[in-house]
Amino acid sequence: MVEAAAPRAVLGIETSCDETAAAVVVGGRQVLSSVVSSQVDLHARFGGVVPELAGRAHVELLSPVVAEALVEAGMDVRPPPRRGSTVRLPPVGEDPSRNLAAVAATVGPGLIGSLLVGVSTAKSLALVWDVPFVAVNHLEAHLYAASLEDPDLRFPTVVLLVSGGHTMLVVMEGHGRYRLLGQTLDDAAGEAFDKVARFLGLGYPGGPAIDRVAMEGDPEAIDFPRALMEGGWDFSFSGLKTAVITYVRAHPEVSTADVAASFQQAVVDVLVEKARRAAKQERAEALCLAGGVAANSLLRERFLEACQADGLRPFVPSRAMCTDNAAMVAAAGWWRLQLEGPSPLDTGADPAMGLCLAG
Amino acid sequence: MQLLTKSAEDTRELAGTMAGLAEPGDVVLLVGDLGSGKTTFAQGFGWGLGVREPITSPTFILVRSYRGRLALLHADVYRLDHLQEIVDLGLPELLDEGGVALIEWGDVAAPVLAPEFLEVRLEHANGDERSIALRPVGRRWSARWPSIELSLERWRSRSPLPGEAGA
Repeated sequence: MVEAAAPRAVLGIETSCDETAAAVVVGGRQVLSSVVSSQVDLHARFGGVVPELAGRAHVELLSPVVAEALVEAGMDVRPPPRRGSTVRLPPVGEDPSRNLAAVAATVGPGLIGSLLVGVSTAKSLALVWDVPFVAVNHLEAHLYAASLEDPDLRFPTVVLLVSGGHTMLVVMEGHGRYRLLGQTLDDAAGEAFDKVARFLGLGYPGGPAIDRVAMEGDPEAIDFPRALMEGGWDFSFSGLKTAVITYVRAHPEVSTADVAASFQQAVVDVLVEKARRAAKQERAEALCLAGGVAANSLLRERFLEACQADGLRPFVPSRAMCTDNAAMVAAAGWWRLQLEGPSPLDTGADPAMGLCLAG
Repeated sequence: MQLLTKSAEDTRELAGTMAGLAEPGDVVLLVGDLGSGKTTFAQGFGWGLGVREPITSPTFILVRSYRGRLALLHADVYRLDHLQEIVDLGLPELLDEGGVALIEWGDVAAPVLAPEFLEVRLEHANGDERSIALRPVGRRWSARWPSIELSLERWRSRSPLPGEAGA
């Protein structure tokens, strides 16, 4: 473990998709700053628009976002002495928590062009500041999101990770130790939300749009299929999407709100039921929700109800912590650093990276 | 060439049969609305190529690659606004290494991606049925066309829907 006086702050960098984010987190727990530049923020603060494929936008945005995260956190970052110099600068700053222990970045999974921006920036900063670089798995980062707001994370915990790109049930047995129980065989849950919203003409992103419209609808109106409800831990949402489309084509007069509510109910039923069963099988003490879809109102509500009914401790991150951010990257980076030390500087980005499973 | 499948399972089987005829460097474009069976087709195609892991949606990371008899590149370009960005994905270079590319929503991108390709257009028919139109572009496909026709004979649609001329 790191000595008390050693730096404990990690700068996290997240550019795996279309959010540019940087954050400073101390000891994997205390968030000093967390800056996320989404397209909405962009208009107001940087006067531009982020193209959907975000690689080039990350290039422009990352420097100001990192600078803002460092300033907001009150970090004292100075360049190390020149090579060959025998004079070493004294430790920077009075408060060691204001010195960086490492720079962590998401190396995958995600869009290759976007990932590369964050990874190369993080490596460059680590070299310039002479601190370790830590490669972080985006999925692992999501697992740490809930514990940032509720430090009392207990193991084993079952995590339901649901986002636009992933849907998985993971058993977290300890820091950095996971077992994958199941995952989607086709579309991710968030992707089903996006695609159904697009079909219903509700706009993008689909999750919040369906969440909003579903409030006005009857979730029992249409009995959409609950795929793989009985069979194992894997998920499938492609057939549900097709069922929605087939139903609406056959019943053009149907209320969009009823379709949205019934669709959402079908997704949430499967997610919550499988998570509950997994917690029971694994004798987990806690059930944790993670990923962008965790911002969905019905999922949050039903998840909390299930935890209460089953006597499980719920970990449900705030909406800001569910969606992509760099605080969770910094937290995961801190634990990776404790477990494995720095990552080699030749670590590459891996767009199809899986979760590093328990050894 | 106009085909008809009876169910998702039938579509998978047809796609698997087509995969058996695939050659290194082939580009197959999947065209069709949401729910028309692109994912199902991709799963059957992957199975036919000998891929034994789940073929999941490539929408999030744009391109997924799999190992089979031939490497399979499964791409989804519907989020890409600019053709340049498709080229930046490096698909042509990936194909040079001997894989087969299956590209969803690829009709717009076709001219940039490859001069020769097979277009697979999926449409809802009745219920779970799907009408599937194959359109070969370029010589690499015309050479193989007789054997493709022979292999897919059982799915051949006797009465093409109006306005859907077979290739």
